[in-house]
Amino acid sequence: MEDKESIRQVLRELLSSQKLAVLSTHHSGQPYASLVAFACSDDLRYLYFVTPRTTRKFGNLTNDCRMALLVTSSANQEVDFHEAMAATVVGSAGEISGPEKEVALNRYLEKHPYLEEFARSPTCAFVQVHARTYILVKNFQHVMELHLEP
Amino acid sequence: MNLILSAHEIGASDLPRVGGKALSLAALSRAGFRIPDFLCVTADAYRAFLDGAGLRERILLELHRKDLKEMRWEEIWDCATRIRNLFLRNPLPPDLAAALHAAAADRFGGRAVVVRSSAPDEDAPGSSFAGLHESFVNIRGTEAVVEHIRMVWASLWSDAALLYRQELGLDAGRSTMAVVVQELVAGRASGVCFSQSPTEPSQALVESVYGLNQGLVDGDVEPDRWVIDRDFGRLLSHTPAHRPRQLTATEAGVEMVSLPAEIGNHPPLTTEEVLAVYALGLKAERYFGAPQDVEWTIRGGKRYLLQSRPVTTRAQASVGDQRAWYLSLHRSFENLKDLRKKIEGEQVPAMIRAAEALAGIDLGRLSDRDLAAEIRRRWDVNHTWVNVYWADFIPFAHGIRLFGHVYNDRLKPDDPYEFVGLLTHTDLASLERNRLIGALADQVRRRPDLADCLRAGDCLEKAPEFRHALEGFIERFGDLSCSVTGGTQCEGATRPLVKILLEMASRPPAKAGSGKRAEVGELSRRFLDSFPESRRGEALELLDLARASYRLRDDDNILLGRIESQLAAAVAEGRRRLDSDGAAGEDPEALRDVLKNLDFGSRMHPAGQPAFSKGDRVRPRQLTGQPAGPGVAKGKARVVRRHADLEDFAHGEILVCDAVDPNMTFVVPLAAAVVERRGGMLIHGAIIAREYGLPCVTGIPEATSLVQTGDLLTVDGYLGIVTVGSGEL
Repeated sequence: MEDKESIRQVLRELLSSQKLAVLSTHHSGQPYASLVAFACSDDLRYLYFVTPRTTRKFGNLTNDCRMALLVTSSANQEVDFHEAMAATVVGSAGEISGPEKEVALNRYLEKHPYLEEFARSPTCAFVQVHARTYILVKNFQHVMELHLEP
Repeated sequence: MNLILSAHEIGASDLPRVGGKALSLAALSRAGFRIPDFLCVTADAYRAFLDGAGLRERILLELHRKDLKEMRWEEIWDCATRIRNLFLRNPLPPDLAAALHAAAADRFGGRAVVVRSSAPDEDAPGSSFAGLHESFVNIRGTEAVVEHIRMVWASLWSDAALLYRQELGLDAGRSTMAVVVQELVAGRASGVCFSQSPTEPSQALVESVYGLNQGLVDGDVEPDRWVIDRDFGRLLSHTPAHRPRQLTATEAGVEMVSLPAEIGNHPPLTTEEVLAVYALGLKAERYFGAPQDVEWTIRGGKRYLLQSRPVTTRAQASVGDQRAWYLSLHRSFENLKDLRKKIEGEQVPAMIRAAEALAGIDLGRLSDRDLAAEIRRRWDVNHTWVNVYWADFIPFAHGIRLFGHVYNDRLKPDDPYEFVGLLTHTDLASLERNRLIGALADQVRRRPDLADCLRAGDCLEKAPEFRHALEGFIERFGDLSCSVTGGTQCEGATRPLVKILLEMASRPPAKAGSGKRAEVGELSRRFLDSFPESRRGEALELLDLARASYRLRDDDNILLGRIESQLAAAVAEGRRRLDSDGAAGEDPEALRDVLKNLDFGSRMHPAGQPAFSKGDRVRPRQLTGQPAGPGVAKGKARVVRRHADLEDFAHGEILVCDAVDPNMTFVVPLAAAVVERRGGMLIHGAIIAREYGLPCVTGIPEATSLVQTGDLLTVDGYLGIVTVGSGEL
């Protein structure tokens, strides 16, 4: 069944099982891809990552907050073609701070405890992604979309 | 890695590499049984081919196009056909090819062999793959032997084997296949022996036919059957067979030939021979320590044991499993020829007579009581023919598949469905109907006054000759407002037909199957040329059978529709009388009773409802099904959930439905593409789409609930993908 709840469940499992995502931003129309360690809220509305403010990705997001993230279960094996799933998250992203940041950062560090020092560095930004649409690919070419209510 | 092993090299620990059949033959050989010389091409060789040709992931991708459990059998057959083509078309790694050629040449030279499957999964406790994988009899020459080894490998992925493995919960990705290449002993008589009957432990069974055992195993030659008392070794009974024919080895392959009466009047075995065969089975049972199911043959007075497997597996597996059904998925040429005679000679004419007889009854003149009886009678008639449809017409579709199999084996085409091009452009009944609608639409296109009278509903006064032609059409094919498969959706009006005619008339005419005749001729020539001169007659006969099978795949629904519409007409008359407040009725209770108690439900899968609710929204983007008609088209979806949805069908829309019902095909000339839930290359919708050259994707599980009328669709009939929406985020 391709109902909302089963798609949510598949997405939750995929996003919690993966540590890294490919972030897509752009600079004056030039696409730019980079790797981030991410975490996701249970309701799938928010994703988080940490980045030094000096990076291209952060600069790009400062200029245009629109972005996409790609999360995949592929293991760089031949079987990936029929076994792996991928989710593209489309939305916008920006740095957060204050109490909102503390709660989310603690959740983030539960998933990535080895990044504590990095994440708490004053030069790093804690970025919140506001997910608008999930595009889930499985069985090689089967694609379903989940559009979150604004 | 041991690619090829001889009997003396196979030990008990080799089971995962050689499979049960080779293991048992090796053991029998060591124990001194008379068995034909053989060698085993191990599962290592199979794996070397898979890895060398890069097929492992290609097979898995094919099988994971969607969840196997969501695939109908016809889709699984399609997958199996594509996988089989991978095996036929990909070259063997040079080392493996050299090893196989050398072994076949050294051991057998030009002598005839049988190439049999020996999959390690086979004959495991609780399962029996007997008959699910392929064997090839009377193969000569190293090239042909190696070619048939590939075909046995491919049979690991046959539809029946895939279904059975799924039922047993075996992982298709881990399956392997070993092959036994065994010298052919073409005996005078052959058969099977159950040293212990699967159903009666105190008895043994012997079955025998003249000629090759394959005739018995395929069910084409009825065997004589003897029951033996195990305790006393005494014959209990003999059930003689009708013996008009036998399967024999010819120059290449096998052939069914007539058996002269002076031979056919006698059983293939004497009583002494029956007991000797039983003794052979018993000897194998004692050797293996369990009752055996053995195949044997007698040549020159000597008994040969061809293979032996435990009886228990077959008996255990028969409880509650579907193997018998999976086996019935494949029918032999002989079986299909007999079926064709029955269908074309008896059933179709009888069906036409039945429909005409029903149409000749003036329902309006019947009393309520007689009408109630007539409804019941028509229900029974319809029910009888629906049963014939399932029992004989559906299995006859295997003629198309058998032909496809042979075509692909001979020509190894790029496209495993190239063979369908040879079957199209036959005189399908639905195309004939569409041509007649096209002619009516053509009149409307040329004469605006007809369009006006159709819109106003006064053609009877203003264009009586056109109205007459329209009524002639309705008399022959129904008014198109009734879904023939259910008979419950008739609206009793010509509105859908009128709307479709007006829509057709507003556009240039569409043509089915134009300009492809030359291509058919070329394909036909290539097919026939692939056979040696001596076998062209057989090839032509197979092509003719496949065309008959293809034609019936379409016509049967139209024929059944004629009966169903007569039932629907009687039901409609009954409902009309009841709706008119009993004004006409002297016995409305009889009518009420029959309408309440008979089930007029559809035999088709119910169409889905829109799947979406408030809040977060799920939307399909790319839906994967089976590529069933090549081409790409873009257009707005027209989702047909009930028959009445058809009447708004506009030119250039994409027909999205649960299953293309034969009474739906009149909109196909207007459509840009066809998408349906029911999967398969050879289902009605795919056949009609190909006739009109339309892209077609079948087997999208929730097509009618995920797609909405008006959605922009791109139908990729090459890859079997339907893309929804424009792609904007």
